[in-house]
Amino acid sequence: MADLATATRNAALTTRGGFAEVVLTPAPAASRLSLRAGADALPGLSAALGVTLPTRPKTSALSGKRHALWLGPDEWLLIDEGEGDLMAAAASSGTLHSSVDVSHRNVAVIVSGPGAEVAINSGCPQDLSLPIFPVGACSRTILGKVEIVLSRIAEDTFRVECWRSFSPYVFGMLSEGAADAGH
Amino acid sequence: MLLIYCPYCEEERSELEFRNAGDAHIVRPANIAEISDEEFEEFFFLRQNPKGLIFERWRHIHGCGRFFNAARDTVSDRFYTTYKAGEPKPDVAAILKGEQDKGAAR
Ligand SMILES: [Zn+2]
Repeated sequence: MADLATATRNAALTTRGGFAEVVLTPAPAASRLSLRAGADALPGLSAALGVTLPTRPKTSALSGKRHALWLGPDEWLLIDEGEGDLMAAAASSGTLHSSVDVSHRNVAVIVSGPGAEVAINSGCPQDLSLPIFPVGACSRTILGKVEIVLSRIAEDTFRVECWRSFSPYVFGMLSEGAADAGH
Repeated sequence: MLLIYCPYCEEERSELEFRNAGDAHIVRPANIAEISDEEFEEFFFLRQNPKGLIFERWRHIHGCGRFFNAARDTVSDRFYTTYKAGEPKPDVAAILKGEQDKGAAR
């Protein structure tokens, strides 16, 4: 006689209390700058901002509470989690550049735990293994159907930046991925 | 999933991060206000749509944001090579010969 296979059914809200493998935390408020500049402006801007703007793809720099994330050959996202005034710092550099305060355009979700990679990969096509996406790596990419800026801040911790109005979708998407990471 | 090498990010990324941006190496006439409607039509609308090798612009829109050029096969969807915007168009014969050699080596 054939064995019977029985599907297990998950109740609708079983994962609302959190996940064993992944912790999702909304990041505290931060100031953010969208920065565009040519190569000749970089030394001046780096000095004024107090963080060396990275010039290699997929890399970032950290100085105190200030992060500089490479997004493109002439584009960076600056994140200051302290009290610093990024706009004033850039303006004082005396260089030709474009800076836009996007502090309130973005919000971030911190994804941490042994299942963080799996949770993000549920909607993001990048290779997040440590040799390819090491601590400090960052990239603009996609999660499901929205654009995000992803950075790895520790071996098992990522920062997912997204536009504010997309954040419920991003958080929901990561929650689904986090629920799957335990299986 | 199709992987495309971005010459600015210097690595292969998923097709989901990219967007096609039409034929490459289309030069905008310098005297655009003087050309005839037929000449404008030729420049602006008319494309070859070849079966096989095509040179296209692509944009790494959900990555570094940059436009670059690619040599792609319209039948197999295979990317032969990608190169930065402004770099010269690769030699067609060399691309096809390289493919033949690879095929022979297999
Ligand atoms: Zn790129």
